[in-house]
Amino acid sequence: MSEKQAKAKAYWKENLRYLLLLLSIWFLVSYGAGILFKDALDSIKLGGFKLGFWFAQQGSIYVFVILIFIYVRLMNKLDKKYGYNEE
Amino acid sequence: MSVQLWTYIIVGITFALYIGIAIWSRAGSTKEFYVAGGNVSPLANGMATAADWMSAASFISMAGIIAFAGYDGSVYLMGWTGGYVLLALLLAPYLRKFGKFTVPDFIGERYYSKTARIVAVICALIVSFTYVAGQMRGVGVVFSRFLQVDITTGVIIGMVIVLFYAVLGGMKGITYTQVAQYCVLIFAFMVPAIFISIQMTGNPIPQLGMGATLNDGSGMFLLDKLNGLSTELGFAEYTDGSKSVTDVFAITLALMVGTAGLPHVIVRFFTVKRVRDARKSAGWALLLIAILYTTAPAVAVFAKTNLINTVSNKDYSSMPLWFKNWEDTGLLIFDDKNRDGKIQYVANKMDNELTIDNDIMVLANPEIANLPAWVIALVAAGGLAAALSTAAGLLLVISSSVSHDLIKSIFKPNISEAGELWAARISATVAVIIAGYFGINPPGFVAAVVALAFGLAAASFFPAIVLGIFYKKMSKEGAIAGMIVGITLMLFYMLKFKFGLFDGGKDAVAGLSKDWWFGISPEGFGSIAMIVNFMVALLVNMFAPDPPEQVQEIVEDIRIPSGAGKAIVH
Repeated sequence: MSEKQAKAKAYWKENLRYLLLLLSIWFLVSYGAGILFKDALDSIKLGGFKLGFWFAQQGSIYVFVILIFIYVRLMNKLDKKYGYNEE
Repeated sequence: MSVQLWTYIIVGITFALYIGIAIWSRAGSTKEFYVAGGNVSPLANGMATAADWMSAASFISMAGIIAFAGYDGSVYLMGWTGGYVLLALLLAPYLRKFGKFTVPDFIGERYYSKTARIVAVICALIVSFTYVAGQMRGVGVVFSRFLQVDITTGVIIGMVIVLFYAVLGGMKGITYTQVAQYCVLIFAFMVPAIFISIQMTGNPIPQLGMGATLNDGSGMFLLDKLNGLSTELGFAEYTDGSKSVTDVFAITLALMVGTAGLPHVIVRFFTVKRVRDARKSAGWALLLIAILYTTAPAVAVFAKTNLINTVSNKDYSSMPLWFKNWEDTGLLIFDDKNRDGKIQYVANKMDNELTIDNDIMVLANPEIANLPAWVIALVAAGGLAAALSTAAGLLLVISSSVSHDLIKSIFKPNISEAGELWAARISATVAVIIAGYFGINPPGFVAAVVALAFGLAAASFFPAIVLGIFYKKMSKEGAIAGMIVGITLMLFYMLKFKFGLFDGGKDAVAGLSKDWWFGISPEGFGSIAMIVNFMVALLVNMFAPDPPEQVQEIVEDIRIPSGAGKAIVH
């Protein structure tokens, strides 16, 4: 395997690790907190909100936005590390 | 000034703005027509994507649907935003690096097969046509309510406007009008929401007002109050749903994956310059969409509480003017069953006297809350912006599917640049006329078919694209088998449980819900069909030859972000 290919492979592996991490959070806040564990979380109150309901109608959406911007940052750094960034 | 005069002024100004932008940003080449020249900034693309995505349904109907569904409405909120995470992480950067013009372009080249390309074109056309008919209908409804013209005239005015900037400007014209339309629609959605939030809770931020205490001196939380009112009238608690956990899970997944697989959304990420711009503009798009999507559930709570307080057990003769206005449109129907002159709005269908259309919650909200006339006019302009921007984006997918994926790639590969541009313009014109026809004469199944469009996108495109990027050895045999089985299964389930085709027609549908597989409704079945698509594709792939060497090289190349600028040269 050439050096170029080895570099591409290492880049891809790190990328996949980020995806796994971010998509786990994506799953936990929506399908976890907003659906599967909604009833249990509803016993906790956040101001006037029941927590499970809040995750389903507000919280999960905020987390989604944050996740994408974290991804943008992580990937920009990764591109730089491997010299794939361009102006 | 009257509401109507205000509406003419505000709608007139916004329309003049859209046309001005269209003239300024005419398309001169196919690259400008299909992908706006490929150098839109991430923020502008984010705004255009947000306007493209938020249709008449998001703007006009969604808050109302949530108001009546309570917690169950969460499937739309999570489903239609969570899909952007999948889009940003799994699709957009790689498709941008691949750097062609359309989704069938990717499927056709990645799977080295004309069959795969044709299957993708057919899916893209079905999905886009069902959507665009709904948008034209939305334009007609807004015109008829606020400008007192009939729906047909309203649809025709909308057609002329869209025709003008979509045909002239292509993706370039559409992108910059969508930027303007995003500003109009978000302003129009937020102003009444903020007003009402202050009125009811004293908090100017609707997202917080929703969880705050009421302003009426009771010190009670708004949501507790609404839960109380709901149970009093025999409904489920607002913050609890009536759908099963399995079904909520399945519908949310189908909508998320369907969102990520919609061609008119995906194609927006071909318009930016670099891979990193594609990632960033997905972030901007979701942030800008989230502003509306986190406000809508608050509007739903305000409007529902307001509505119950205004009508429940009140004398019909004491109803305010808006009540009578909306009765005239047929969106609000009062039937005094027990002849006591009072309005009984209750869960029990036998005793309930008030039928309310979902759409009223946003359209009549400013009137219910007694807001000034210009705010009401603004909502009309916002509804039009939402419908027009989505219609234009869909028309572009239709015209590029025909001119690029069918004419250029399959029937007449040696067509000239100018010829292809003409073909694109003519197919856009034909598409507008067909869409307008369905807007004026809506087939009864529009609403049902829109749900099908999501299931279809989830069951077909999403697995094929994801496998194409993340699994280098994925062969055309596997991908095509997966797409065909996925779509067919989805169609079968819809026809069986949504249209009752095999069990005695539409009337039998209600009785069939006990037979749903795993208790999953047709709306949620796209998630099962998607999983089946993945399994079939992987299974068939075990017996198929590996893809050719140069296709595997393409896959390796799209995984690396640098050098995207070169790839777009066709």
